[in-house]
Amino acid sequence: MAAIFSGAPPQSGPGYSFTQTPKAVPSGERQHGFYPYTDNGGSTLGISGADFTILAGDTRSTSGYNINTRYAPKLFKIGGEGPDNKGARIVLSVVGFAADGDALKERLDTIVKMYKYQHGKPMSVTACAQRLSHILYNKRFFPYYVHAILGGLDEEGKGALYSYDPVGSYEREQCRAAGAASSLIMPFLDNQVNFKNMYMPGSGTGHELKAKEAGPLPQDHVEDLVRDAFTSAVERHIEVGDGLQMMIINREGIHETYTALKRD
Amino acid sequence: MNHLPQAWGRPRDDVYGAYDNSHFQSAGPNQHTQSPIVTGTSVVAAKFKGGVVIAADNLASYGSLARFTDVKRLRKFNDNVVVGFGGDVSDMQYLDRLLNSLDIRENYSSVDDPLNAKNLHTYLAKVMYKRRSDFNPLWNHLLIAGLDGEAKPFLASADLLGTTFSSPTLATGFGAHLAQPILRRTIPDEDSVQNVSQDDAVKLVKECMKVLFYRDARSMDKYSIAIITKEGVDLVDGVKLENQSWAFAEQIRGYGTQTV
Repeated sequence: MAAIFSGAPPQSGPGYSFTQTPKAVPSGERQHGFYPYTDNGGSTLGISGADFTILAGDTRSTSGYNINTRYAPKLFKIGGEGPDNKGARIVLSVVGFAADGDALKERLDTIVKMYKYQHGKPMSVTACAQRLSHILYNKRFFPYYVHAILGGLDEEGKGALYSYDPVGSYEREQCRAAGAASSLIMPFLDNQVNFKNMYMPGSGTGHELKAKEAGPLPQDHVEDLVRDAFTSAVERHIEVGDGLQMMIINREGIHETYTALKRD
Repeated sequence: MNHLPQAWGRPRDDVYGAYDNSHFQSAGPNQHTQSPIVTGTSVVAAKFKGGVVIAADNLASYGSLARFTDVKRLRKFNDNVVVGFGGDVSDMQYLDRLLNSLDIRENYSSVDDPLNAKNLHTYLAKVMYKRRSDFNPLWNHLLIAGLDGEAKPFLASADLLGTTFSSPTLATGFGAHLAQPILRRTIPDEDSVQNVSQDDAVKLVKECMKVLFYRDARSMDKYSIAIITKEGVDLVDGVKLENQSWAFAEQIRGYGTQTV
């Protein structure tokens, strides 16, 4: 290759007549013009009860001010049989960069299915939760840009809910909102599920005032909270809307519902 | 003229100066595509009862230069699938070769079922995601139109980041801004696809191509259009835009030299 250009005089020779010729390769490393992430908007939320867990997410997918589609599910059944995940007992919700979310879902789903083939029993949510953390942490230096929430029932049949950050830190919680409208929904959940800033009426004044005890909520009440959270988020966040997908995990299995949201 | 054959046919250094080879790499990391060079603009597609219609114009631009005016950006994969390419043309040609080799492999395999649109979309989405994860993206936005495993209309997209989504109507690039609202007026959701005939959908997509030609400066009035139904693929290249009306042009004020 070099021989082809060796016929030319050295670079210190005459430059262009109309402009100064750059004589050297620009120093330093060139910046990459390609950014491998994007934000596809949307919001998810999960609440666990005494014997059930509810996960929910809106179905809008955005890029910038554009709506890609009005129906792109953010909730995925994990494990079970075949491509339809028949008999699955675990649900994963992912919000953030949708392509990473799909890749993450695919990996976790394969792992949980392989676990059943190899051990002859379905994977517990506790184990699945820790495995998901490891998957995320393994890609710590090129993370899956998603906020994941994993839901199911624990070994005692109680509702189990785990939330993650993009690099795998995780925690079991009673409730968690993630995604674009998380800052709108989470305070509402703090108040309505964990009874933050709620006091027993007439329990006294000042230090006498007794905080309201938080406990598991009944299923129909939780469903109402989820619907309220999303209808409110739709009003105030442009990346949230179109449809609400809910998955309710209980002893019988996974029950899936879809309700329309505002499409504006 | 000098006696070095390497220099023959090259601009004379005493006239034009030494060749500026600063853009050749001497050190540093491998350079991958940082931006597209020769590009195609929008691809527009819509589902209808029994199939999908997809269209893209025949222009390949080099920046603002209309460089190639006879580029086919719709590719028939088999009797079930057509892929529409927006973005970098050389990456499109690479994907074309990739799809060719995939097709040959499929035809030699013992599996009788040909790949359907859903299969091909999954495949292409994984190719795109792998390349973005390697920091070596294929700078395209693809629409995959055709029939799925149950012979139902299928339409989905995959872009340079590996993002995928499906919708009854889709448009890439400028079309996402200009064509998608027009398409959604007639086909707002999956249910309404059943009320749209093939003729309606073709008319709608052609209308979108016209609007795009009016307003997208990187577009042209010659395009390819494909209709995918159970009967197979009907792909026509080099269709001219019909019934253009530039009557609105003389109403426009504020550009040029007129004194309002």
